[in-house]
Amino acid sequence: MLINKNELAGFLDQLMSRYQVFAPVKEADYTNFKQISSGTEATLDYSNTKIPPKGILFPQTEKLFSYSCGTEGAQVQECIDQQKKVVFGIRPCDAKSLVLLDNVFNNDKYQDPYYLTRRENTILVGLGCNRPAGTCFCTSLGGGPFDTTGLDALLVDTGDKYVVEILTERGRELFSGTTLPEAGEADRAAAAAVKETATVSCTVNLDGVKAKLDTDFYDPIWDGLHEKCLGCAVCTYTCPTCHCFDIVDDAVDANGCRVRNWDACMFPLFTLHGSGHNPRPTGKERFRQRVMHKFKYFVDNYNVMACVGCGRCIKNCPVNLDIRAILAEIQGSEARLDK
Amino acid sequence: MMRNPYLPLPMKLVKNFTETDDKLVHTFTLEYLNAADEAGFKYSPGQFAELCVFGKGEAPFGIASSPTEPGHLKFSVAKVGVVSTALHLMEEGTMVGVRGPLGNSFPLEDFKGKNLVIIGGGFAFTTLRALTAYILNPANRGDFGKLTVIYGARTPGLLLYKDELAEWEKRDDIDLVCTIDRPAEGWNGRVGFVPAVTKEVAPGADNAYAVICGPPVMIKFTMPELEALGFPPERIIMSLENRMKCGIGMCGRCNVGNKYVCKDGPVFTRAELNQLPNEY
Repeated sequence: MLINKNELAGFLDQLMSRYQVFAPVKEADYTNFKQISSGTEATLDYSNTKIPPKGILFPQTEKLFSYSCGTEGAQVQECIDQQKKVVFGIRPCDAKSLVLLDNVFNNDKYQDPYYLTRRENTILVGLGCNRPAGTCFCTSLGGGPFDTTGLDALLVDTGDKYVVEILTERGRELFSGTTLPEAGEADRAAAAAVKETATVSCTVNLDGVKAKLDTDFYDPIWDGLHEKCLGCAVCTYTCPTCHCFDIVDDAVDANGCRVRNWDACMFPLFTLHGSGHNPRPTGKERFRQRVMHKFKYFVDNYNVMACVGCGRCIKNCPVNLDIRAILAEIQGSEARLDK
Repeated sequence: MMRNPYLPLPMKLVKNFTETDDKLVHTFTLEYLNAADEAGFKYSPGQFAELCVFGKGEAPFGIASSPTEPGHLKFSVAKVGVVSTALHLMEEGTMVGVRGPLGNSFPLEDFKGKNLVIIGGGFAFTTLRALTAYILNPANRGDFGKLTVIYGARTPGLLLYKDELAEWEKRDDIDLVCTIDRPAEGWNGRVGFVPAVTKEVAPGADNAYAVICGPPVMIKFTMPELEALGFPPERIIMSLENRMKCGIGMCGRCNVGNKYVCKDGPVFTRAELNQLPNEY
């Protein structure tokens, strides 16, 4: 199938009658996923969004339930979002991050109904990356600019149109009933050529990193790696695989709601005990936790690294800490950064 | 529809009892508001639950009652933060939310046929009380060997469950040794720190497990005594506490290495902890 670029807005308008549609929207000098109310709001001419689209399934702040307490006890009202959604134009790295998050929210013992219900009702339409950014290193983590992990359909930008590849039954359901033209031989050849030429220039050699981390918890390397880190946690807020959260009550007296908010292992309060003891008392332990969680603990538990190589933590760090260099230092070799 | 692990069960606070003479630990007895909820709350000694005060929040506490005591749940809570303070101030008859049971439990199957040395300090005795009460239940007592309980506190007034300790003193199917740090008026029992008392009274490690919960300094100095007695790390059982929110292995804060205290713990063997970093 094909979407001509000048017909994209109209196509999104059609989808809006059946789904909540989330698409990249320009905001000041960056782009973020927003729920759109008109196809013209969407822009697929972007590198990647500032904040990852994980928030569509796992919002930055989310009401779990509301309650009111009276003489008859508490009335509790669950708030589970059942709306059908489409995330349109998600990058392959971000789609893969949701597959990683599935491990957390559907673990060996518990299911998170908030995330999983949204996940069940959300169709992911990917947009391949013709020109990966200098901070992208997805191929080092098993992804790629046209990787289809987690996607229901993939769009390939061939200049004045998008060639649509349907990948799953859900993808088929989305595009059925729309009036898109079929892709011809020439379109398919053009898409293949685009895929051929897209290159991710930055590679990170991860061989042996896990083995090092298995034995390096007390290594003196951690004394230095974190030194310039401010503990601002922008790396975790902009990370598509970070999933830590806080649960708080937002209430007047005994009437209100229980809310969960994104939280971050980079903050000292995150692990502070009521007694005043803190198992991760300084930036060193917290920085180590972030690296260990992504590149060792997640591998131990789910057999995959909790990183998709999107590069947001590199782009947004106020002191230019670069995870590629950190990993290289851990591994004991020099990283190949931007060519 | 999947079960929502974030929703609390409504329970009624039927007793708010000041447990220690410094008034900083209260024991709460809770009853199910809906009788049917009890059947769904199947727990085992060593597990914990999140207690929720509507309007304030929730916090995790070890379950101090034993499943052999039906109809209610018990928690002994030190006044430390927002939720525990709100709990302390609650009037009897008020509704409290309970989310759980959470976490793993003491390895009762492994304990069967074995002697047990239970060592506790201060207000960390809660889940050890659950374990002791479970073993002392007539239906279970025969499954376990000799039971020794060593329980220390700074002063007599800081011991939890004083009435129950007095009952246990009278029984011949449990060796209870209570100790306080310094001599005190009216105290005829033992005086001395838990490590020294352990060295003196704990039976040998043959066919035995040790279970230990208490302040870090007590654990630190009791551990060498247990090792000297011959307890291998596989037969020393401990229970960890870390700050928690979700209690179900998702919110990311209570991990020690690749284990979540909430989901994979809180009960670990010394051998397991030896494999993990010291972040607790």
